[in-house]
Amino acid sequence: MTLFRGRRILAGAMTLVAAAALAACGSKTTDEKVSAGVTADTSGDTVKVGLLNSLSGTMAISEVTVRDSIMLAIEEINTAGGVLGKKIQPVGEDGASDWPTFAEKAEKLIREDRVAAVFGCWTSASRKAVKPVFEKHKALLFYPVQYEGLEQSPYIFYTGATTNQQIVPGLDYLKAQGAKSLYLVGSDYVFPRTANKIIKAYAEANGMTVLGEEYAPLGSTEFGTITNKVKSSGADAVFNTLNGDSNVAFFKEYKSAGLTATSMPVVSVSIAEEEVKSIGTQYLEGQLTAWNYYQTTPGAANEKFVAAYKAKYGKDKPTSDPMEAAYVSVYLWKAMVEKAGTFEVEQVRKASDGITFEAPEGLVTVDGATQHIAKTARVGKVGPDGLITEVWNSGKPITPDPYLKSYPWAGGLS
Amino acid sequence: MTVLIGQLFTGVSIGAVLLLIALGLALTFGQMGVINMAHGEFIMAGAYTTFVLQQVISAAGWSLLIALPVAFVVAGAMGVLLEFLLIRRLYARPLDTLLVTWGVSLILQQLARDIFGSPNVQTRAPELLTGNIALPGGITVANNRLFILALAGGAVVALTVALRITPLGRRIRAVVQNRDLAAVSGIATARVDRMTFFIGSGLAGIAGVALTLLGPIGPTMGTNLIIDAFLVVVVGGIGQLKGTVIVAFALGVLQATGEYLTTLSVAKVMVFVAIVAFLQWRPQGMFTLRTRSLA
Repeated sequence: MTLFRGRRILAGAMTLVAAAALAACGSKTTDEKVSAGVTADTSGDTVKVGLLNSLSGTMAISEVTVRDSIMLAIEEINTAGGVLGKKIQPVGEDGASDWPTFAEKAEKLIREDRVAAVFGCWTSASRKAVKPVFEKHKALLFYPVQYEGLEQSPYIFYTGATTNQQIVPGLDYLKAQGAKSLYLVGSDYVFPRTANKIIKAYAEANGMTVLGEEYAPLGSTEFGTITNKVKSSGADAVFNTLNGDSNVAFFKEYKSAGLTATSMPVVSVSIAEEEVKSIGTQYLEGQLTAWNYYQTTPGAANEKFVAAYKAKYGKDKPTSDPMEAAYVSVYLWKAMVEKAGTFEVEQVRKASDGITFEAPEGLVTVDGATQHIAKTARVGKVGPDGLITEVWNSGKPITPDPYLKSYPWAGGLS
Repeated sequence: MTVLIGQLFTGVSIGAVLLLIALGLALTFGQMGVINMAHGEFIMAGAYTTFVLQQVISAAGWSLLIALPVAFVVAGAMGVLLEFLLIRRLYARPLDTLLVTWGVSLILQQLARDIFGSPNVQTRAPELLTGNIALPGGITVANNRLFILALAGGAVVALTVALRITPLGRRIRAVVQNRDLAAVSGIATARVDRMTFFIGSGLAGIAGVALTLLGPIGPTMGTNLIIDAFLVVVVGGIGQLKGTVIVAFALGVLQATGEYLTTLSVAKVMVFVAIVAFLQWRPQGMFTLRTRSLA
């Protein structure tokens, strides 16, 4: 019967699609030849830098905003006379939300365009994919997003928060608020799993109990059971490391289960201003986030950044932490190059220690040893207008500690 | 005990969502044998219809109610257009239909991205549907889930009645049971196909409206749903609705139970293993339609 045949064909086709996807993952290998380091081409009156962001695919929503802020910084620097008298010429590449593509494009930017530095990447998976490429060619990457720590590459500058500048302060805040028990909800991939390991170690050392730990596959939108488990656990707070669309479904379910920011607050580390907009303030009002920057962060540097961003990209566009970190990364690179007096990578790296910048988030300082930056941690609350306002900050910039060496409880983690 | 009853309700409500997204497919795939990979994008169209209507009618409750019939017509019209332009030329070539409709689904996703932008959009749910009903014993029942359950039930009843009683329903059943005999008896099978496709796609639109209460509204929302929808129809058995209804709720409860006892990922694996095992035992699905057709 024809109807019946349809199903087998369907099954066959699904297998084909899956096989094609697998083949695509395996087929791209980079050239293994060890290079002695490609020198950047700085002969003309311009200097090229690479912009490596996903402009298509699932990560495009977030990464386009990062690219926009990098462009803004480049434009501002060029107007003010450039770097070492040379105008910055951006070369954009699309990582297409696909990790092997990131590696390929990084290779292209370094070898063909001979850029002086590359700005970009968002997911840890894309950073891990390009890391060997930058190390092989001894080229520089500026990575602007908070991440799970436990990494330190000589050729990457991390301008987002590492765990001791975001997750640990978030936990400190909950502890100060009297939270004794936590429930952990996250997406099933490297960042939430590593973050939760750290959270569990922290909880054990600080007399908090972790009542449960749930992971949802990326893109999962069914949170009925997880919400039931969270609710019946009676935890004092929820620590949320979900990513992307799952947050929308989770917070809708959370509200309809009758849970609120007062009965059981949720601290999220992947929800910034842009995400608040797409989840809906109706569901998020009063919930907490942990970051280093909010659009509402006070200070002249931020007022200038927000005004410039809105003037260039539109009044309704919010600014967020990764965007700010990306904007700052360009200025930090400029300062390093000017201190070194050359674009040469090893000299720039050597010059990096102690570089400071009055960033929109406040004063930041580059730590030459870890190539992370010292920044102030801020816990914020989602307001009725969809913006996040600070309810607590660490008072001073926190020295980056990607391996959590200065925290005795984190001994067994790395 | 409280948790168990809560979980049972969660299972039933997952089942209701599965039923809503699979019901339209039970018609277009189950009854007509068309593998329509763009079915998920009709669901998306329904969700975006709700969003657009809310821009016009600001009262969340009214815009949701009005969105139901409007989304039915919008998604239905998209379905008819697809059937008229492409699918009817490919009835004898199921594999081509699959590829073509997959292409259409990609085009529709990009279209949504161009019109509404790639970030998700949000709708406000009516206040009534964001709350819950507290039953004695500490059990809470979410209002939006109840609404979806009622909607799914209503859609099944309406569809069953339409297929059993109305002249169009009789013609649809006649064409499914024996296309050639129906044609020689004077039924315009091409027109019946188009109507079936309209109703099937329209039901996807209604599912889209319901899903705005639960999850994200974005260009890729359909792709996450299409596999589940096909699973329900395939396991339920092709050519009738009874199997789809039973399997949707069975899978929902299985998923919720598995997830409660283990984790979400493991529960998904359990459901897939159960489906594979079931299809080994009954490759034709839960129920099959006995026909005298020789095809």
